[in-house]
Amino acid sequence: MDIEETTQPDGHQEDLISDSMLPGKGHDYKNLGDRIAALVLQQRVHPYAWLVTFGIGFLLLNVMLMSITYLLYKGIGIFGVNVPAGWGLDIINFVWWIGIGHAGTLISAILLLLKQRWRSSINRFAEAMTLFAVACAGIYPLLHTGRPWNAYWLLPLGPNILGLWPQFRSPLLWDVFAVSTYATVSALFWYVGLIPDLAMLRDKTTSKPLKVIFGLGALGWRGASRHWARYETAYMVLAGISAPLVLSVHTIVSFDFAVGIVPGWHTTIFPPYFVAGAVYAGFAMVLTVGIPIRAWYGLKDMITMTHIDWMAKIMLTTGLIVFYGYILEIFFGWYSGDKYEWAMILNRFRGPYWLTYWALLTCNGIIPQLLWSAKVRRNLVAVFLISQTVSIGMWLERFVIIPVSLHRDYIPSSWGYYTPSFWDWSMFIGTMGFFIVLMFGFMRVLPIINMFEMKELLFGIKHKHGNDVPDRDRTHTIEVTPPVDEHHD
Amino acid sequence: MSSTVYGLVAEFDDADAILEAADKIRDAGYRVVEAYTPFPVHGLADKIAKEDIRVPWLMFACGIVGLCVAYGLEWSTNSPWVEKIMSHAPVDIVTRAWAYPMNVGGKPFHSWVSFIPPAYEWTILFTAFGAVFGMLLLNGLPRPYHSIFNAKNFDRASQDKFFLCIESADPKFDYENTWQFLQSLHPADVSEVER
Repeated sequence: MDIEETTQPDGHQEDLISDSMLPGKGHDYKNLGDRIAALVLQQRVHPYAWLVTFGIGFLLLNVMLMSITYLLYKGIGIFGVNVPAGWGLDIINFVWWIGIGHAGTLISAILLLLKQRWRSSINRFAEAMTLFAVACAGIYPLLHTGRPWNAYWLLPLGPNILGLWPQFRSPLLWDVFAVSTYATVSALFWYVGLIPDLAMLRDKTTSKPLKVIFGLGALGWRGASRHWARYETAYMVLAGISAPLVLSVHTIVSFDFAVGIVPGWHTTIFPPYFVAGAVYAGFAMVLTVGIPIRAWYGLKDMITMTHIDWMAKIMLTTGLIVFYGYILEIFFGWYSGDKYEWAMILNRFRGPYWLTYWALLTCNGIIPQLLWSAKVRRNLVAVFLISQTVSIGMWLERFVIIPVSLHRDYIPSSWGYYTPSFWDWSMFIGTMGFFIVLMFGFMRVLPIINMFEMKELLFGIKHKHGNDVPDRDRTHTIEVTPPVDEHHD
Repeated sequence: MSSTVYGLVAEFDDADAILEAADKIRDAGYRVVEAYTPFPVHGLADKIAKEDIRVPWLMFACGIVGLCVAYGLEWSTNSPWVEKIMSHAPVDIVTRAWAYPMNVGGKPFHSWVSFIPPAYEWTILFTAFGAVFGMLLLNGLPRPYHSIFNAKNFDRASQDKFFLCIESADPKFDYENTWQFLQSLHPADVSEVER
């Protein structure tokens, strides 16, 4: 990989750019934009597979709506939760979805700050994924309140409306602040990134109503250099604050558990281990969505094998952090000398839910080790399947943490058993449908790749090679760089 | 020079060309100049405009406000001291019930450790508002109509062409001379923009 630091015209050091981020011949600004915009402006490019996926999503969405309707009619007694396991699939799914969202922010914010320009082709749909995952996550705590029409009681609305303030010392209230801030900031970040692209769509489309719609969205953006300067400052600092935000969100989610005294929850390793797990699950989802997109829409030169490879590497890294967390949990259970902690560990090993624990270790700890091999990382089928495994594994992790800890805590006479009910499962697969509908709907109405950043990347690549080198001359080196590319692409 | 002319605009094919042209324009003494590009071209704004550092300061101010609002809310509503002062409030308004300190689990009224997470989140939330709305406000957006949209071929400015506009408001602007000058920069095209 020939990554070099390039120097921009104004002399300051710029981002890490490599040819392999945008391989191929004869790219120019116009055709880059046209190809991405075509997904929005020429609806016929969408394949049959899109319709099938969207259709499945739509069916599942209706499962979710029916489940919610029945829940509102009947109450949360339809879920499997009961004392002692008062939290079940609803909280598991909440944490799972929130975690999935984190990869989007990581790509858009942290990779931006680290000047990793390869993010340009994946950040838009990863950010969209964040928003949609947060939307799915938000459903659960709202419904789990039992009376979602009173959910505004969670907000600090003051004595005139509620008579009381919420309890600011409770991690559950911190969650309200963290998740609502996360949703708002992610939406703002996403929209700011969209403004120049909406302006481009406004200028490209020939349909009058679309011109008006995109025009409204673009807010009259005209690409003035003074505007760009402020825009870039704002975007950069937004990234700067999103990075600590994304770390804080899953930290606070982990506080929901770590602040409690239940064995298996009350540990200091939770915040970093939850954040790493979130990024892990998130990259699995980015790959799950990204691999079909690049195949369907011929975007193989924008979302390249290099991208897949690097995302797989991030997945491997965060997976190792998570695996380290599992090992430490066992160590802490033993080293604490606390018999309840140790009993909890043994209960995970060979209690009634032993299968979930060992499946978790297999899915999250063992199978992803295959990603050490470059061959596997560049095999789309393998990466796709490993991503699925990781998604399942991360879901199991939350299952092992939540009901497996709750069902047997201190007093054996209060032990119980938790079985998810039909409605638990229907809500879960229902939100998957919700996610699919949002994600695949988004693909048709907004550009899934950041067009202006791709043009900037192209300019960077051109500049790296010197301005007088024509595009064709550099394609040679590119085909050589990723050696194991041809087979599986 | 008629008042219906907004300015003269030169069209370029790539970012390097417009960077070079911007240098020459600055050297020629034009000041009321704007460039329009499909993506941010680094260093271009520095050549034709003064650096604007208001956005980061605005964000910083908003962040401080967010921190103070959230922490102030948490502290004041849990403070017996505030409760006492409010109970002397002359009229029966919202402030009377503002503070409602409760002893929960023996935790201190001023549990500053527990008050950090919400304050942290609102610092970020307000900073983000400052960034987005501050940037839009200083850019004068939303603004659906602008004279530059009348420029020839301007729908390409968001796609693949780079435009430099010397506005008629510039003290050095002279239709003929400026036209000649723009031609000397070897642009792809020069045209007039109506107001």
